[in-house]
Amino acid sequence: MIDTRTLTIEKAGEALRSGEFSSLDLVSACLQKIKERNDELHAFLEVFSGEKYGVDDVYAQAKRADEMIKNGKGVAMTGIPIAIKDNILMTGMITSSGSKILENYKASYDAFVIKKLKEAGAVIMGRTNMDEFAMGSSTENSAYGPSKNPIDPARVPGGSSGGSAVAVASGMALGALGSDTGGSIRMPASFCGIVGMKATYGAVSRSGLTALSSSLDQIGPFAKDSEDAQIIFECISGYDEMDSTSITLKPKEKKSLKIKIGIPRDFLKEGVDAEVLKNFEETLEKLKQKGYEVVDVSMPYIKYALPVYYVILPAEVSTNLARLEGMRYGHRVEGETMFDTFKRSRSAGFGPETRRRIILGTYVLSHGYYDAYYNKAWKVRRAIIKEYEDLFKKVDYIVTPTVPMLPFKFGEKSDPVQMYLADIFTVSVNLAWLPAISIPSGFSKEGLPFGIEFTGPSESDLSLFAIEKDLRDNR
Amino acid sequence: MDLKDIENLAELAKIELLDIEKSKLLEDLGSILAYVKQIEELDVPDLEIEYSQRNVWREDEDSFPIFSKDLIISQFPDSKNNFLKVKKIL
Repeated sequence: MIDTRTLTIEKAGEALRSGEFSSLDLVSACLQKIKERNDELHAFLEVFSGEKYGVDDVYAQAKRADEMIKNGKGVAMTGIPIAIKDNILMTGMITSSGSKILENYKASYDAFVIKKLKEAGAVIMGRTNMDEFAMGSSTENSAYGPSKNPIDPARVPGGSSGGSAVAVASGMALGALGSDTGGSIRMPASFCGIVGMKATYGAVSRSGLTALSSSLDQIGPFAKDSEDAQIIFECISGYDEMDSTSITLKPKEKKSLKIKIGIPRDFLKEGVDAEVLKNFEETLEKLKQKGYEVVDVSMPYIKYALPVYYVILPAEVSTNLARLEGMRYGHRVEGETMFDTFKRSRSAGFGPETRRRIILGTYVLSHGYYDAYYNKAWKVRRAIIKEYEDLFKKVDYIVTPTVPMLPFKFGEKSDPVQMYLADIFTVSVNLAWLPAISIPSGFSKEGLPFGIEFTGPSESDLSLFAIEKDLRDNR
Repeated sequence: MDLKDIENLAELAKIELLDIEKSKLLEDLGSILAYVKQIEELDVPDLEIEYSQRNVWREDEDSFPIFSKDLIISQFPDSKNNFLKVKKIL
């Protein structure tokens, strides 16, 4: 029997190519896990299983993958079941972004990352739950109800890509894609005890990703370990002419043997759970034993990252979501005039957090406040970018806990600012367009997972995967 | 900020709000803006960032047909003869 909760993509790939089991067997094992736990955990909003899916049915996909492998055309992702966040387009499939306004919206093209996965023969299992339009840190903002943490279903899995994290942590898929605008991959990865990675801005094409905040969004992988995360990343990254900000990662020179990491101590003084801090210090000790050099660094601007984020993000949200007015696609509620139709459709289709951020974004962009908020936020953003640049002349990585708290219970963070604070260590990375990875770093007394976040200089993406191996032996 | 501001913003954003939502939003925005305000007082130098600039536009030739016209049309909430139907503006 295949145990999809422990099986890695690397091991599964070897077994598929040696004929130990087929992709059909593997998909069956994942479907079994979905059957057992999806009603409870609510990771998937839709599983592409059944006759109506035709060539996109999971078994049809698996058969094609088995054929590829038989013909010697198999690659690392061939036949591997993967889960996709509900904001990534796949032709003919519903992509609702966790929102009622797009409940029945069917995509008219494949996202670049979907095209890449299809070419590699990966098996796309279905679409996973998320906070509406990727705004949230718990999946409690999903219009379809929250996902639950497989380690303790009374607690949130983190967000916004919570469904994808749950799918991987519970063995419903071997890997998953999420999107990360301010921590939406790294944070749920930490809460569910798995690896999550956010690439350098532009390394993974945003073509076919439903836009939240275009200067911050990146698609990235969830996996059990860094080897698997790297396999997914290498499959989905690369230059795409459909994304004007797309880049090709330049190969980096080999780093010196001794890795030097910087800890922004001042930033850890307030608002971090004592247990999280203790685990962080213990993890640093382990890294020292592995030969890492650990130094304190000063980052005077980083504490302003979260307030900057809550100006730039809502501003971009209010413009990006203006396209949803019930005219060209999505849910329409008829009104007397065209503007009435806009208003009714948007009001019926958007949930509370989405409205809040649209209104906030409209405010910071409005005449009279634009300079005080939006322009000032960009000024501070540039200072944060420069701060990282200068530091990376002295250290190889900046390291913090991924989340300042352990997975919390449903309903615990009812005040918006309290919820936003969960992203305090992740948002600065998006503002500075840098790559970062969240790595599991052990469990609390109650058995809840901790995560540690490594941020590297621009385009150091591939080097981030090596760190987890160093920590794993010591876990 | 007061309720009138919320109403104006909702009008600009084309969102209808119930009275109870307006007061809740006023409260929420108040606490978010109080948090965000710390950047207002921050004295920060106006730094230049180096961007790599390159032409991302394709040549003005026939574009590649990656979008399915039928699928796009099938998503229109209202259409006539394959055209999107909208309400009159004037």
